[in-house]
Amino acid sequence: MDAATLTGLLWEGLLQTLYMTIIATLVAYIIGLPIGVSLIVTSPNGIKPIGWYNKVMGFIVNVIRSVPFLILMIALMPYIRKLIGTGIGTSATTAALIVAAAPFVARMVEQSLLEVDPGVVEAAQSMGASNMQIIRKVMLLEARPSLLNGAAVATITILGYSAMAGSIGGGGLGDIAIRYGLHRFQPAIMWITVIVLVILVQIMQEIGIKVAAKLDNRIN
Amino acid sequence: MSEHIISLQGVTKEFDTKGGKVVALKDINLDIDEGDSYGIIGLSGAGKSTLVRTINLLEQPTEGKVLFDGENLTGLRSKDLNLKRRKISMIFQQFNLLMQRDAIGNICFPLELAGVPRADAEKKALELLKVVDLEDRAHSYPSQLSGGQKQRVAIARALASDPEVILCDEATSALDPKTTRAILALLKKINEERGITLVVITHEMDVIKQLCKKVAVIEGGEIVESGKVTDIFAQPKTQAARRLFFPDEQKMELENRGKTSTKNRLRIVYDGRSAYDPTIANMIMELRAPVNILYANMDVVGDEQKGQMVICLADDEKIADKQKKYLKEHGVNFTEIKEEEE
Ligand SMILES: Nc1ncnc2c1ncn2[C@@H]1O[C@H](COP(=O)(O)OP(=O)(O)O)[C@@H](O)[C@H]1O
Ligand SMILES: [Mg+2]
Repeated sequence: MDAATLTGLLWEGLLQTLYMTIIATLVAYIIGLPIGVSLIVTSPNGIKPIGWYNKVMGFIVNVIRSVPFLILMIALMPYIRKLIGTGIGTSATTAALIVAAAPFVARMVEQSLLEVDPGVVEAAQSMGASNMQIIRKVMLLEARPSLLNGAAVATITILGYSAMAGSIGGGGLGDIAIRYGLHRFQPAIMWITVIVLVILVQIMQEIGIKVAAKLDNRIN
Repeated sequence: MSEHIISLQGVTKEFDTKGGKVVALKDINLDIDEGDSYGIIGLSGAGKSTLVRTINLLEQPTEGKVLFDGENLTGLRSKDLNLKRRKISMIFQQFNLLMQRDAIGNICFPLELAGVPRADAEKKALELLKVVDLEDRAHSYPSQLSGGQKQRVAIARALASDPEVILCDEATSALDPKTTRAILALLKKINEERGITLVVITHEMDVIKQLCKKVAVIEGGEIVESGKVTDIFAQPKTQAARRLFFPDEQKMELENRGKTSTKNRLRIVYDGRSAYDPTIANMIMELRAPVNILYANMDVVGDEQKGQMVICLADDEKIADKQKKYLKEHGVNFTEIKEEEE
């Protein structure tokens, strides 16, 4: 394979990986963030305890979370095929990533919100804040640095999942690594994809930490 | 219809815990008038925080009514309750400021909740920063402020919604003595100049003495004694009040136990202006009988100077009776300390 073909291949793989990761992360947050918030709000010590909802939602989140991603993806394949017409490739992987990542994101959000000082929530209540105001203006804002760190971790985890999806024809860098590195025995290509993935993870981590620190007013 | 700004009527609060039912408040009846600075004092676990939290319904009472301006808050829908809560501010031991907002952002917060336009809110916040003497720290974040400064921001925030009442739950308990005095002076000024009613929760007598005109003593979830601070200071009726009002005396009694007679002890409380020492000295000379001064102290209660003294009369009952009679004839008010008080 000449250098130009290789570069083109890697570039395409990189774009696919980024596409899957970013779309899946965004949609996982659109679904997972409200679920995470609702788990905190409805918990026994929350601002609006709802026992049955908390238990049911917590259970669903745990069940999905405890299934290893590859198994989940394989299990979901027939349904995804029905839904979008194909069970392999970037679109199918993105759909599976969303299902796997949303509960993960919900737990990350829940963890971040647990760090919010209950005293501050109580202060807001004493001022007559509505529950919606408390969620938006107190909990999410006070937890902002932790939420951003969590988002970096979630993105990196989803990136990892997307690479795993390569083993079953999911597209992206993981797919290239498996196809060329493993099946056609071209270890150089395998290692190049590994290095690109490592660099991607580093960049995301750095961005996450920097942005979180910049938007944290506790320390400066 | 009500002349009281806050009135708790038969308030009981039970908590269901794993270990069973905890009764935190038992049939509390408490009236607080507009402009009062009302102290609630008790030992740790007595139920003070629970009590103050029922006033703005952060804690829903199991039984009883909470009247604010004559209106029962317990039956209100949350939307109406939230409107009332703007008139009842609260400050806390741990300040509870938003860590991600600067001082002015914190003070604007209650105004923002109420939908006040940003420019108006900021203008008011700046004025309030002046009131609490912190204009130069408008853009400091809580993590950059000392405990006393944080509490000043919290007080400014409490004032932002033009409240009728400020509830203070151990507002100075996390502060050093000097800062405590400054914060109490600020609260006193707010009470006197703005006529805002204060409800002051504390376990420290000094806070009551410096800030409050009236006080309720709470023990085991019950109010055991209440009234004017000067009256309770002069004549505490319950052991709980004595323990809180005269902690030094308790210590002294422990130290002297066994050494001196515990019979015929009197507590004399007097105004700073009159001094009783000559009366006692004269009594010793005239009756030729010994008097032991066990304890003497001067205190500032509110704006008044109060002295108190614990003396031990002669063991002999006849002589002791003569001594009591002598004191009465010379206009000295005293209470006898009974043995079973210990
Ligand atoms: N949320 C709660 N759940 C269970 N018990 C509580 C709760 N809040 C307070 N209590 C109990 O009520 C009693 C009074 O507590 P509190 O009002 O905090 O006392 P204080 O403020 O005087 O120290 C204590 O025995 C405490 O353990
Ligand atoms: Mg307390």
